[in-house]
Amino acid sequence: MGRMDSVSVPSPLLEAENVSKRFGGVHALKEVSLTLYPGQVLALAGDNGAGKSTLIKIISGVHHADGGKLRYAGREIKFDNPQQARDCGIETIYQDLALADNLDVGANVFLGREPVRRILGLPVVDRRLMREEAQKTLRALDIQIHRLSNPIRSLSGGQRQSVAIGRAIHWKARVLIMDEPTAALGVPEQRKVMELIANLKESGVGIIFISHNLIDIFQVSDRIIVLRRGSKVGERRTSETNSDEIVRLMVGG
Amino acid sequence: MTTTEAAPDVIKPIRWLDFLAAFRAWLFLGILLITFEIWAHVVYNSTFLLNPFNVQSITVFTVTPLLLGLGQTFVIISGGIDLSVGFTMGLSAVVTAHVFNWGTQFGSPVLSLGLAVFAGLAISVVPGVINGLLIADLKVPPFIGTLGMYGVARGVAFLLARGTTVPVQNGLLGAIGNGTIAGFPNVVLLTIVILLVMHYLLSQTRYGQHIYAIGGNVNAALRAGINVRNDTVLLYILSSLTAGCAGILYTAKFSAGAAQAGEPVLLDSIAAVVIGGASLFGGSGTVIGTIIGALIIAVIQYGLVFVNVEPFWQFVAVGVVIIISVLVDQIQKQVGKDGANG
Repeated sequence: MGRMDSVSVPSPLLEAENVSKRFGGVHALKEVSLTLYPGQVLALAGDNGAGKSTLIKIISGVHHADGGKLRYAGREIKFDNPQQARDCGIETIYQDLALADNLDVGANVFLGREPVRRILGLPVVDRRLMREEAQKTLRALDIQIHRLSNPIRSLSGGQRQSVAIGRAIHWKARVLIMDEPTAALGVPEQRKVMELIANLKESGVGIIFISHNLIDIFQVSDRIIVLRRGSKVGERRTSETNSDEIVRLMVGG
Repeated sequence: MTTTEAAPDVIKPIRWLDFLAAFRAWLFLGILLITFEIWAHVVYNSTFLLNPFNVQSITVFTVTPLLLGLGQTFVIISGGIDLSVGFTMGLSAVVTAHVFNWGTQFGSPVLSLGLAVFAGLAISVVPGVINGLLIADLKVPPFIGTLGMYGVARGVAFLLARGTTVPVQNGLLGAIGNGTIAGFPNVVLLTIVILLVMHYLLSQTRYGQHIYAIGGNVNAALRAGINVRNDTVLLYILSSLTAGCAGILYTAKFSAGAAQAGEPVLLDSIAAVVIGGASLFGGSGTVIGTIIGALIIAVIQYGLVFVNVEPFWQFVAVGVVIIISVLVDQIQKQVGKDGANG
């Protein structure tokens, strides 16, 4: 299936080979394979319960696969927890964004990894460094956020999404998994996030993109994998398919 | 529906309310002090604030609610609550008195003092550890877990005190508890040291930062790799420890340990935290806010006595301040949300 024929064929960033997962008697994922290249957007389409989130949770280290293999940059990998996946460069942005609304942008970008300087021998969190570094990252992504020192509760949905993406990029994500990144946004903000994804592609990040919205999928993805009841029922190049075909695959018509 | 163009319109009211919300405690305190000062001048032709005796009394009076509210501030920022601090304080007060008495029969009051302080702190850690494990590991809601510990600590404290107060035999403890250095009461100076340590911990360290994150979004904290479990256990230990300090200072000040020492102060201490700007939903609060909150309560209580108002009005006044304080917080949050979401 789809030996990928991008113009210059780089080596794959992430490969899943025949990955399976059971929850008790439920066969949530049946021998699903995928290949992600740098600078490509791979969309996962499928109805509720198709196995999309089980698949990304295995890739991001939340679940263990019962069968199959994961390879990252050619090496076989096994994650015991999400931290290991993150250390590897696989960042996941969940629908709820996992931001602390009461903290500012810098503190959110550095959440759990706060830099410390010493004053009179005492460790002190370096807020200015956090703010400056966060600003640098956001600027590089062409994200405009004023009032960086305000709690991010005061930001709009799209800006918050940008902060979550900025955090992933700041920590050198090479694989970015995005779960319904546009679901909670208004139209102008959706467009902004889609632009951001296009930027990330150019900088060589591999993106796995989950969405219910076929318009978004067609706008931003290079390939589409369709899951149904835990199985991969199709993989298409986005330029060679249309939404009718994808919907047919999704519902099994 | 918000667009980016609409954003500037909502900035102004948010800023204005943010400011009011951030400085409401200072504002209250200022208004109270000015009111009592004017009252003192008009009615008694004297001064309220410039009288060192008043200032000393108020600060000494503030010590207990402030220390109980101090660890509580950390706990409330994390989204929890610790109802057991009142009797943890009593337990520590009783144990301190007992151990000091036991030690002094062998001579060396100084050594006994050290031993008594250590014992007072050590016993206060016990309820904290149990609270922390209940809440962090067994997922008991903080309100219920610490309410249970409230009962246990209360019972044990009264059992150890045999239902009465435990007078301290040797004069050293009382001398320290009521002594002054350059006019500043020892208990106040010790409290200031504890405040500085806790302020540093909360506002400058990664641990403090993580407490805010846990209170803001515990799932975000977990996914960011923050050790929420250990941080939570430590929170309740800190809360118990500051309550233990309050107990030790109580025994020093009154030369007696009493199981019920902290009971009447528990709600005042939570009130101090809330008036100081913390939200009971977690995520906000500061040590400085709690200091101001505790001072507000002390000024109301002392001030109303000073101007000869019937003492029961204190309760009304403190209650009103709590309600206004929470209202300001709610309104500000609501406006902030509307601003972000359209």
